[in-house]
Amino acid sequence: MSTAPTTQAPRPQQAADAALHTALSRSARPPRAGPLSAALTFGWRGMYKVKHVPEQLLDVTITPVLFLLMFTYLFGGAVAGSTSQYLQYLLPGILVQTVLFTCVYSGVALNTDITKGVVDRFRSLPIWRPAPLVGAVLGDTVRYALAATVVVLLGLVMGFRPAAGVGGVLAGMVLVIVFAFGLSWVFTTVGLLMRSPSAVLNAGFMTLFPLIFLSNIFVDPSTLPGALEAFVGVNPISHLVTATRDLMAGVATAGALALVLSEAAALTAVFAPLTVHLYRGKD
Amino acid sequence: MPSTLAIEASGLVKSFGTTRAVDGVDLAVPRGAVYGVLGPNGAGKTTVIRMLATLLRPDAGSARVLGHDIVAEADAVRGLVSLTGQLASVDDDLTGRENLILLGRLLGYSTREARERADELLAAFGLREAAGRLVKNYSGGMRRRLDVAASIVVTPELMFLDEPTTGLDPRSRNEVWDIVRALVGRGTTVLLCTQYLDEADQLADRIAVIDRGKVIAEGTPGRLKASVGQGALHVRLLGPEHRAEAARMLSRALDTDAQLDADPAALSVPVQDAERASEAVAELSRAGLGLASFSLAQPSLDEVFLALTGHPAEEEAA
Ligand SMILES: Nc1ncnc2c1ncn2[C@@H]1O[C@H](COP(=O)(O)OP(=O)(O)OP(=O)(O)O)[C@@H](O)[C@H]1O
Ligand SMILES: [Mg+2]
Repeated sequence: MSTAPTTQAPRPQQAADAALHTALSRSARPPRAGPLSAALTFGWRGMYKVKHVPEQLLDVTITPVLFLLMFTYLFGGAVAGSTSQYLQYLLPGILVQTVLFTCVYSGVALNTDITKGVVDRFRSLPIWRPAPLVGAVLGDTVRYALAATVVVLLGLVMGFRPAAGVGGVLAGMVLVIVFAFGLSWVFTTVGLLMRSPSAVLNAGFMTLFPLIFLSNIFVDPSTLPGALEAFVGVNPISHLVTATRDLMAGVATAGALALVLSEAAALTAVFAPLTVHLYRGKD
Repeated sequence: MPSTLAIEASGLVKSFGTTRAVDGVDLAVPRGAVYGVLGPNGAGKTTVIRMLATLLRPDAGSARVLGHDIVAEADAVRGLVSLTGQLASVDDDLTGRENLILLGRLLGYSTREARERADELLAAFGLREAAGRLVKNYSGGMRRRLDVAASIVVTPELMFLDEPTTGLDPRSRNEVWDIVRALVGRGTTVLLCTQYLDEADQLADRIAVIDRGKVIAEGTPGRLKASVGQGALHVRLLGPEHRAEAARMLSRALDTDAQLDADPAALSVPVQDAERASEAVAELSRAGLGLASFSLAQPSLDEVFLALTGHPAEEEAA
């Protein structure tokens, strides 16, 4: 806003001096914050950012929502015979797409903190060193849940009627969020390697887009040419979509779930330590 | 045995690629005072601070901060110092109050205590009305005050201040200076990096001048300034025709050569003594040479550099 005042009205000098004196005279140092408390405080910070900058959440939700509307009503009839039948197939995939795009912002936020110097302050505090990272990723899971809820609600309005009911839908959402937790470590790693927040955003979207399209989100892979079908088959995003769909339809197998969970665990096992390592050794 | 020094650094070195950002810096900073580190862009000030605040590991050399080794006892150091970085490191997407509560919680206050502390600081720093506004809508001066407030949520024993007034208007600058003085008044040691001789002069008890990663001079502000003189008398005449005569008179009155400026009606003379300068000006005016303006300027950082290094202060090519 161009009319924001640049300085405040002059304050009575004595009152100001007294207030400053009081503020400075408090010298008792509280006991150090524990690791969990510090991490949760960073999670709290993430929540407040969602509250103050809801656009960021909207940005990542709007594209998948447009996809959902467009694919359902434009191609649904052609691909699956009817729009309502296609919606049952598409919605779990759109849910995955939405939440995975939200993951990119974990890296963007971290990079923003570094370029703005906020990380320097955090790193100079006497706290558990990975707390800012762990807290941010925990806070991000709340964002994933919000994004997932938006998609599911929209689907229900459009006529999504999953066979497994509320329980199945919730289970599907939890699975997607767990996978997203693993994937967000990939983007925090990217966030520590790139020079600017927009570079992180571009790199993230450029990797995710092909993986999203070469998955079983939009079409049944058995209709694809052989090589493509093979790729879709090994794409972890396809595994996640299959498991989510099955959970919502009430036909999930332990094997499909175990595959997704182990992929999430593998991503976490590799990229969480890598993120922490890069974060500690920043310059 | 507790050392009387807040910071003892010897032979600190840090390179980035082929740039030797810090090239063997020794520092001895006494407790309870403001110690200025003065240098031009790229001199290595920020890099020194980042090493001392345990954000960067030195390539060579060692330092103790409040008696603790910055590498081996980094965590102990972090518990005693606070950093106000060159970029006002506050979170743009939170309100001022939320920023302070965040730090209060991280430093170990309960939520209630953190809120109380935040309100106390907001009042002390003239930010009460702006408390609920997002920091991205703050003016430069407000941001800086919040940044300093964030550094004293728990009053530190030692505070690193990296160019706290760069880009601020004179009024905001004075406010920051007052805060620094109040902090020192209650016993905090401040390490202040600055590009402004004036700022170091106002605040610092001792100054280290650094250039190209090395300390090139150290001492009290008075001694440093004495080494380059008091500054210069700048005189502008109504017209160019009497300049030669004015130069002669000033040179004689002040015992040193006057320099002719690019402006054909202006000239300047180095000055050691303000009294003699004022007499010289009075003499010019009595002689009827037509005085348009005159001023007595402090030596600029450029002049200090020129005097100390023999080369002008300029940003090192990266
Ligand atoms: N992370 C980094 N990577 C590469 N080079 C760096 C890095 N940090 C600093 N440098 C280089 O080290 C030198 C010293 O930089 P430094 O930031 O310490 O200077 P400074 O005195 O703080 O300057 P300024 O007044 O501009 O803040 C510069 O040449 C700078 O380009
Ligand atoms: Mg600097």
